[in-house]
Amino acid sequence: MDFLLDNFVALTVTGLSLGAIYALVALGYTLVYGVLQLINFAHSEVFMYGAFAATWTVYAMGGRAGASTGAVIGYLLAALVAAMAFSGLIALLLERVAYRRLRKQNAPRLIALISAIGASFALAELMGLRDKVADFLGLGETLRPYVRGARNSSGFPEIIDTTPLFTLGDYDVTNIDLLVITSALVMMLALDLFVARTRFGRGIRAVAQDPESASLMGVNSDRTVQLTFLLGGLMAGAAAVLYVVKIGSIRFDTGFLLGVKAFTAAVLGGIGNLRGALLGGFVLGLAENYGSALIGTEWRDVVAFTLLVVILLFRPTGLLGESLAKART
Amino acid sequence: MSDTTTEQTGASHASRRSFRERVAGLPKPVKIVAWVLLAVLLYLLPIINPPILTTPDIDFGGVLLTVTLYVLVALGLNIVVGYAGLLDLGYVGFYAVGAYGVAVLTSQQASWPFLLALPVAVLAALVSGVILGAPTLRVRGDYLAIVTLGFGEIIRLIAVNSESLGAASGIPGVGTPPSIELFDVPKLVWDGGVASVNVDDTSTFLLFSVVDLIPYYWLTLTVVFLVIWADIRIKASRVGRAWEACREDEDAAELMGVPTFKFKLLAFAMGAFIGGLSGALYAGKQGFISPNSFLLLFSILFIAAVVVGGQGNRWGVIVGAVLVAYLPERFREFTEWRVLVFGIALMLLASFRPQGLLPPRRTVRARKLEERLGALQEGGDRRA
Repeated sequence: MDFLLDNFVALTVTGLSLGAIYALVALGYTLVYGVLQLINFAHSEVFMYGAFAATWTVYAMGGRAGASTGAVIGYLLAALVAAMAFSGLIALLLERVAYRRLRKQNAPRLIALISAIGASFALAELMGLRDKVADFLGLGETLRPYVRGARNSSGFPEIIDTTPLFTLGDYDVTNIDLLVITSALVMMLALDLFVARTRFGRGIRAVAQDPESASLMGVNSDRTVQLTFLLGGLMAGAAAVLYVVKIGSIRFDTGFLLGVKAFTAAVLGGIGNLRGALLGGFVLGLAENYGSALIGTEWRDVVAFTLLVVILLFRPTGLLGESLAKART
Repeated sequence: MSDTTTEQTGASHASRRSFRERVAGLPKPVKIVAWVLLAVLLYLLPIINPPILTTPDIDFGGVLLTVTLYVLVALGLNIVVGYAGLLDLGYVGFYAVGAYGVAVLTSQQASWPFLLALPVAVLAALVSGVILGAPTLRVRGDYLAIVTLGFGEIIRLIAVNSESLGAASGIPGVGTPPSIELFDVPKLVWDGGVASVNVDDTSTFLLFSVVDLIPYYWLTLTVVFLVIWADIRIKASRVGRAWEACREDEDAAELMGVPTFKFKLLAFAMGAFIGGLSGALYAGKQGFISPNSFLLLFSILFIAAVVVGGQGNRWGVIVGAVLVAYLPERFREFTEWRVLVFGIALMLLASFRPQGLLPPRRTVRARKLEERLGALQEGGDRRA
């Protein structure tokens, strides 16, 4: 208890930056659920692939500690573009391979979930076996620095040195905390505007509300579903960059736990609700930090899982409990 | 008789249908003899050590034991997923409760005999099923899947973080079933197509030790037979029909006077019971357990066994479990690809054969009926 009170500000700031990452990943769950009523269980893998894309990009550009500010910004932008592109691509691929056929057949939702679980495990293992795959393709030697130690974590080059910017209470808020929280907020604002203001966003909302009427009104529902997956993938890519910047490493099976937590955040805020995902992410990040300060860090994941179970049992519609369809500007 | 009717109904399905009808039409004594023969063959399998089936790199008896444990788990999960239609992604949790129950009672906190600890551990698994089921079963469909996944992970994390449960390093020295050394059974050795008896390599009937896993296999196989028998009885009863009704349409079942919640809870409890039983047997065989034996991955492999085989058909899920457990051991050089292959297989199955390899008869019948209705409608349209 004393520990919680003594470090309240520190726990709050780190909780918020963790929550911002959860929220960005949660957007992918929430968008797809809002449109298709489907838990895209493999979304966590989309995130994980983005994190690897970011790591590889910075590595390939030769980024390392002590680079000038301009270079760091360049690295980060390149990593962001690469991660978003790769994640978006994986998300589109996922839609095509794991879901399209099931959607056309109007398959039961449980079958779709099983397909998603299969896709998630296949993607994670593919990354975990990338050294073997590269050897199999005869590229093992050329790609060695990228595929080496496939089952261990890959470190993200430490291009940013953590420097305290200002002091809040007795905690020094670092540049990384600030970067993570503000970029997450900017991304989310952009997505919110996109869905609320543009033609494509209107299409998404229309399909979420009533797919049949939407297609009668001239919305190409296939295209819209693809767009939804793509948007989710882009957000996951952005989250992936922030994740590797904050945490510093990524592993082929990191996706699972983070995915479950992001899903918890999505449900917490009200699944299908974009602003709910933001709120849910922050609440979850804070709850995890406070909870582990209270009962011990080793119980951190238990706190998240318990929160998930309790929310689903008592308020399955979440805190804001609203669907994508009803989202207004 | 049956041959003439099948010939009339169609050529492509003739062989399959006539096989089923022929089996069903056999006189009862013949059926019983066939069953007994099959059972005897299964019991003798590790002794016979058949050349192609046997695993070159690893003890065949141990592999058969793993396979039977998977079959047991799949039978239990089939009740939950296949009969009652509740997707449970945390099934490994009950398996863990059973295993930890035995380990704690025989080694960590007390030194009970295995046979006394087993029923208590299994009962604990059953109670945990009721405790988890009572609140969660009000949630439906894919939310239920996520809640059970959460519970499965919570159970594992509690084991990792509790000193009294051995924490991350687990519990060593788990008790074994009591041994009665009656006689030695020599194994066969194959050279080309010729079998000879190897007198040096023997299994002692019912000596449970780490060196020889075959007695564990016999024990587990017996449990599997008992569970199959119970499964057949329950499936054919009012309870089985109530489960199917819940699965097909919960609201309609409720309106027809089926107390769906009670029956779903019963399915959950029975599933937990069987899961706990296999966990307890696993702990006895392993002699040592750690939280790493209860990762979410295993829940997914169990689900894979049920879905691949054909959820709702006990023979189907047995086939699925045998495939999931046996293939990676037989082709051990590919073990590391196993999860990748299962992931892809799940995806492909969901897209192209969602009912599994051996779907239950009722599903097949329902699909045929639908096809016939479709054909009739098309015909009607053409005439109009």
